[in-house]
Amino acid sequence: MTATSRRIVLRALVLWGGLALLLVLPPAAALADQPFYLTLVTRMLIFAIAALSLDLILGYGAMVSFGHAAYLGVGAYAVGILAYHGVNAAWIQWPVAIVASALVAALIGLVSLRTSGVYFIMITLAFAQMLYFLGISLKIYGGDDGLTINARTDFGGVIDLASNVVLYYLVLAVLLGFLLLGQRLIASRFGMVIRGAKSNERRMRALGFPTVRYRLVAFVIAGTMCGVAGVLLANLTNFTSPAYMHWTRSGELMVMVILGGMGSLIGPIFGAFALLALEEVLSSYTQHWQFILGPVLILIVLFAKRGIYGLLGAARESAAAGPPAAGPPHG
Amino acid sequence: MAEALLEIAGLVKRFGGLLATDNLHLAVRAGEIHAVIGPNGAGKTTLVAQLQGELKPDAGTIRFAGADVTRLKPHQRAVRGIARSFQITSIFPDMSALDNVALAVQAHAGHSFGMWRSAATEAALRTPALAALEQVGLAERGHSVAAHLAHGEQRQLELAMALATRPQLLLLDEPMAGMGKEDAERMVRLIGGLKGSHTVLLVEHDMDAVFALADQITVLVYGRVLATGTPAAIRANAEVRRAYLGDEVAP
Repeated sequence: MTATSRRIVLRALVLWGGLALLLVLPPAAALADQPFYLTLVTRMLIFAIAALSLDLILGYGAMVSFGHAAYLGVGAYAVGILAYHGVNAAWIQWPVAIVASALVAALIGLVSLRTSGVYFIMITLAFAQMLYFLGISLKIYGGDDGLTINARTDFGGVIDLASNVVLYYLVLAVLLGFLLLGQRLIASRFGMVIRGAKSNERRMRALGFPTVRYRLVAFVIAGTMCGVAGVLLANLTNFTSPAYMHWTRSGELMVMVILGGMGSLIGPIFGAFALLALEEVLSSYTQHWQFILGPVLILIVLFAKRGIYGLLGAARESAAAGPPAAGPPHG
Repeated sequence: MAEALLEIAGLVKRFGGLLATDNLHLAVRAGEIHAVIGPNGAGKTTLVAQLQGELKPDAGTIRFAGADVTRLKPHQRAVRGIARSFQITSIFPDMSALDNVALAVQAHAGHSFGMWRSAATEAALRTPALAALEQVGLAERGHSVAAHLAHGEQRQLELAMALATRPQLLLLDEPMAGMGKEDAERMVRLIGGLKGSHTVLLVEHDMDAVFALADQITVLVYGRVLATGTPAAIRANAEVRRAYLGDEVAP
């Protein structure tokens, strides 16, 4: 019991401490005259949003989407293309990006959710690669080289995104908002259906649930959230490129989810921070940093089956409450 | 005599060259427990799967509550009131027993696109779920994770889930499978308690249970109906005794 309560205290400390650190980061970075860290952490937060959205379907619905980065690209290109044509207003850019990523997710979901297992993985991957090559073929929008965005989204003076600090806090607010939304969603009736379909789809159908319909809605919600991450990414980098949609990017998102702890929503945030931090540190030592990253990931996955967040003793509720080693191999 | 709740006419299901269901006719009246017995491979589970919609018949019709449901999908039939328990226990192992049943209630309590309110605090789901657990004698196990329940308890849980959907027709596929004597007796009492209030199609190998519970018995051999009748008539049927029951069941 004491070990459990110690873990609960540890978890609370890490979470609230982490949030406090995130809140004071911009002034701290300014004081230390290290604007680079502000950009780095903004980037981490954006990928945390994308990973969290993937966890919603991967961790809770067992929908192994290997093309989740596609929505990152759709969101970013929505901003990029509109900006290219001189439209920077937020009230146009955001709805367009959101509707576009929802539509793309609905189309991909409609086709791929008819399959399962390896086929689902391959089809989502194929769709994302199609969008990647579509991006390359759009010569007018930079094609392979990507598209530079000359101005960030214009919120009409309410929020001035030209400031990196303001962008940082916007990203943080979106992440926290999505985290709250995601947690409500998972605990709701809808979330129960998604989790039930993961646990035993045949039983769900026998009970009377048209599971594919619910899965599709979850798929669209996750894709749309990731599209918002794409909007933020384009704003951070002032740039959009087909590379945002490349399958390796989708793979990175999956690594973030698994590394941080699937099916916890908070875990993928840790995963995004850890992966990007590892990348940053290792690449400063050697250009073959991926050579080191691989084994590190394998070790983490082997020895912390529930990911980084699992080390904090969390996310047990979905793990059959038993010792992890004895449970069914959920992932 | 009440009109038949379930009417099966000319049902055929082939698996390659094998006729699993061979021109099958069967009627189940509302309120009765109708047992389907037969040797292994007689096509009992195949029949249940076709009634529930998981398998599509190659020919024939299934009428339920006056409507043709032959082409309906499993979830559509479930909404119309057909509930099934599986031969091999089918529950949500990673959820609590109460969550298992609450999910069954939820399937028949309006749409499930609510995304904000916590389902765990919704009395409209929890109260009937708890009542169903109580009905099968699992009330105090509600917060146990389903995977940690004993085998017999899991079978009870499955029955609770089926009951929680307030079905018009319960398809029970070997509910006593793999149970010890005590658990099996409890299950017999449970199913017996449904008599009159529920319509049950019961597939079962345990002949003591079948003859104790059933109002009507249908004997299936090689996918076709060998005989249908009251337990007494089936027991006296020479053909049934030769083909299936054997002499040890003879009174």
